[in-house]
Amino acid sequence: MWDFPLFPEQASTVAGRVDSLYFFLVTITIVFSLLIAFAIAFFAIKYRRGNNVDRSNPLSESKTMEAVWIGVPLVIVMIIFFWGTNVYFTIVRAPKQAEDVYATGKQWMWKFQHIGGQREINELHVPVGKPIRVIMTSEDVIHSLYFPSFRVKQDVLPGRYTQLWFEPNKPGTYHIFCAEYCGLQHSGMIGRVVVMDPVSYQRWLSTGKGGGGSTTGDAGTGSGESMASAGEKIFQQQGCASCHMADDATRAPQLKGLFGTQVALKNGETITADEQYIRESILRSGAKIVEGYEPVMPVYQGRISEEDLMQLLVYVKSLAAPAKNQSGGTQSATVPGTATGEQARGTAQHADVPAANAKSGSK
Amino acid sequence: MEMDRTVVAEERPTIIDTVTGAIRENYLNANYGLKSWFLTVDHKRIAILYLISITLFFFLGGSFAVMIRLELITPQGDLVQAETYNKLFTMHGIVMVFFFLIPSIPAVLGNFLVPIMIGARDMAFPRLNLASWYIYVVGGLFTLGAMIAGGIDTGWTFYTPYSTSFSNTYVIATGLGIFVVGFSSILTGLNFIVTIHKMRAPGLTWFRLPLFIWSNYATSIIMVLGTPVIAVTILLVALERGLHIGIFDPALGGDPILFQHLFWFYSHPAVYIMILPAMGVISELVACFSRRRVFGYKFVAFASLGIAVIGFLVWGHHMFVSGQSSYAGMIFSFLSFIVAIPSAIKVFNWTATMYKGSISYDTPMLYVMGFIGLFTIGGLTGLFLACLGVDIHVHDTYFIVAHFHYIMVGGTIMAYLGGIHFWWPKITGRMYPEGWGKFSALLIFVGFNLTFFPQFLLGYLGMPRRYYAYPQEFQVLNVMSSAGASVLGVGYLLPLVYFLWSLRYGRIAGSNPWKATGLEWQTSSPPPTENFLATPVVTEEPYQYSPEETEAEYAMTKKENVNV
Ligand SMILES: [Cu+2]
Ligand SMILES: [Cu+2]
Repeated sequence: MWDFPLFPEQASTVAGRVDSLYFFLVTITIVFSLLIAFAIAFFAIKYRRGNNVDRSNPLSESKTMEAVWIGVPLVIVMIIFFWGTNVYFTIVRAPKQAEDVYATGKQWMWKFQHIGGQREINELHVPVGKPIRVIMTSEDVIHSLYFPSFRVKQDVLPGRYTQLWFEPNKPGTYHIFCAEYCGLQHSGMIGRVVVMDPVSYQRWLSTGKGGGGSTTGDAGTGSGESMASAGEKIFQQQGCASCHMADDATRAPQLKGLFGTQVALKNGETITADEQYIRESILRSGAKIVEGYEPVMPVYQGRISEEDLMQLLVYVKSLAAPAKNQSGGTQSATVPGTATGEQARGTAQHADVPAANAKSGSK
Repeated sequence: MEMDRTVVAEERPTIIDTVTGAIRENYLNANYGLKSWFLTVDHKRIAILYLISITLFFFLGGSFAVMIRLELITPQGDLVQAETYNKLFTMHGIVMVFFFLIPSIPAVLGNFLVPIMIGARDMAFPRLNLASWYIYVVGGLFTLGAMIAGGIDTGWTFYTPYSTSFSNTYVIATGLGIFVVGFSSILTGLNFIVTIHKMRAPGLTWFRLPLFIWSNYATSIIMVLGTPVIAVTILLVALERGLHIGIFDPALGGDPILFQHLFWFYSHPAVYIMILPAMGVISELVACFSRRRVFGYKFVAFASLGIAVIGFLVWGHHMFVSGQSSYAGMIFSFLSFIVAIPSAIKVFNWTATMYKGSISYDTPMLYVMGFIGLFTIGGLTGLFLACLGVDIHVHDTYFIVAHFHYIMVGGTIMAYLGGIHFWWPKITGRMYPEGWGKFSALLIFVGFNLTFFPQFLLGYLGMPRRYYAYPQEFQVLNVMSSAGASVLGVGYLLPLVYFLWSLRYGRIAGSNPWKATGLEWQTSSPPPTENFLATPVVTEEPYQYSPEETEAEYAMTKKENVNV
């Protein structure tokens, strides 16, 4: 009870920028509130009934005054608008070199998986000084992943991917909240993010120890196996390989080098092969048919879990640059990101998160 | 006298009560019995029916708030179950928004005053007006029934797919109650629009209308255009929930964001349904107690229409983190800043109205000053939420909870109470006790700030809204908030007591206790059933107050008092 903060910690690169903007707004609020309050108090006292002051020729309209108090606020709000929008685009546009983490929200827990395959529940370990991009979806209702100390938040939706990014700049342990009301244990859908120095983080990745807690391993697909290699197994099991990895691309589009490229669709549109597109193509293959192919692929909706789907996605992304990336699927779990993430993320189209997602959301 | 708008009782003999001196024949004592009330088509009686029903809902919604604040005194959940807590904040929101705030000023003060202020005998459609009240009651009973049967836990925002596919509570029943009550709102709006267009007294041109009429007119436009959208949205929720037709739930092929667009397309303008009439009340009050014409009359009038129109284009500011396109977010942010300007115009003009006035500190004026202060803070904190970079952090936290309570409680309820105090003598013929009035106005102002100011800090610290349990470090501010709420609660109970008391013991008001302009003050208190015994003719602009004359009169009465 005596731990009584009045201001949240700043633990990400963007936090300081958000706070400067916030303090500018606080200043505006204080100045104008005081201005109005003083004016009211001053008039109320000076012109109180019975006080003998000059009341002759009171103005009851003035175009000049109106112009001033329309003009001045207009200029101020436009400053806030441009400043706020500028900060916003930093918040939503992940840097290209960001490291991916995958998150699934469900009533009422957060599940995270690192590229290297490490799984965590209600806890997320990240290194200081490195941009982290969280790609996420929900298994049920809408949740919202919120890191107050990083000043970022993004709704997590069922049926599609959204993403957020942050770059922690201060080691420590901070809150994770679910900010969108999601039912009975909404306020229990919380956790912590542990920001570690890079060395401890590497140790944590390989051992699951040191710094803040242990991973919550999952025997099925987790421990020791990277997401891409787990995804490759699923790719084989589900029989995807027989068409998509065939030597000729007559039955199905080739996936090597696909991610991030422009795909021509049968209906004449061109679409970027981003996370949302790959997700949709796996679940409902008929939704967007690639030019030159027939809709023969089975529908996987309801036949594959969100977490498996994410691993499959990471695998497909790992196929992005065939010449260079031979070992993509089997890279050691201790060096996440290096094998699979980089090339996959390279495209500028992907950097702008909500815009990329909005296309699929508003179809 | 040519300029005298006083109505002379000529057509019908009035009976002067020998004991009280009041005119006996009025809308209250014209006839008696339950039937005379439940079948009345008199807009003034309908206003009273609304007053009683929304007061019941206000205290019901308030009691939910009491439970919420009690639970939040400690970080862990202890007083009630999580399930109960979720139902409490949901029902608090639903009751307060749909059954108190939206009808409050239009249905009570608007119903009572709109016809009288424009010199009409009644609304354009008196029976439709009564029907609106019955529809309100049916909707209210429906929702109450759903609450008694077990309640609802979706939050007043009904976000999908939680509301359609996951919640195990009475979503459809509650939704139907809101669906029904929406028609009451639509019909009231329609009635106002037609009444204001067609029933104005001779000489009462648009720019001679009181600003209360302008703001209710703007409100009516929103009611008529916006409410059908929420009605359809609720029906779609019911269809998906009841028949599993995929509209919003992705598992059924729907789009949950579509729901948010539809919901906020109504629910943002609904904020203006709540605040515009409040602004109208403030314009009337600030003029009367400053004895000045409202500064910049035309700007204030057009600001209402501006808010009503632009207010329809800003709904996406509720969805900055929902996953909508960042460019859409940018446009909604821009428009949200623009809609702030008309509100700023009003605040500056009210303040300027006090300049060179002859200001008295009667209870309604205390509410005016409280309103301007709280609405200013509420409006300015709205800029934080319109600002994309900051909203990402404060969205869905206690910051937004604090902000909209500053607007709806600090704004609308302050104005509503100020208005009730101001027009109470007109409505009942009796004065409320002034000392108690001032005391409770002060209590409400202090209690309000204690309750909601700490929530701004909590929000920026990151405490999400709708949390049943919360981390330890948020406790001090939550305790402060709960303590403030108890002061606020007392502040609200006091007027209930003294208003009831005044019905019997209050001083007889006379037709114009505030020496106010406006047609409603030119008929007796309470007014006769037909409002005016002869149709008034209007020959001048509103708010013909003179601060200097007021001062001279004041000096005279003071001298007389000394001499006596
Ligand atoms: Cu959640
Ligand atoms: Cu809004």
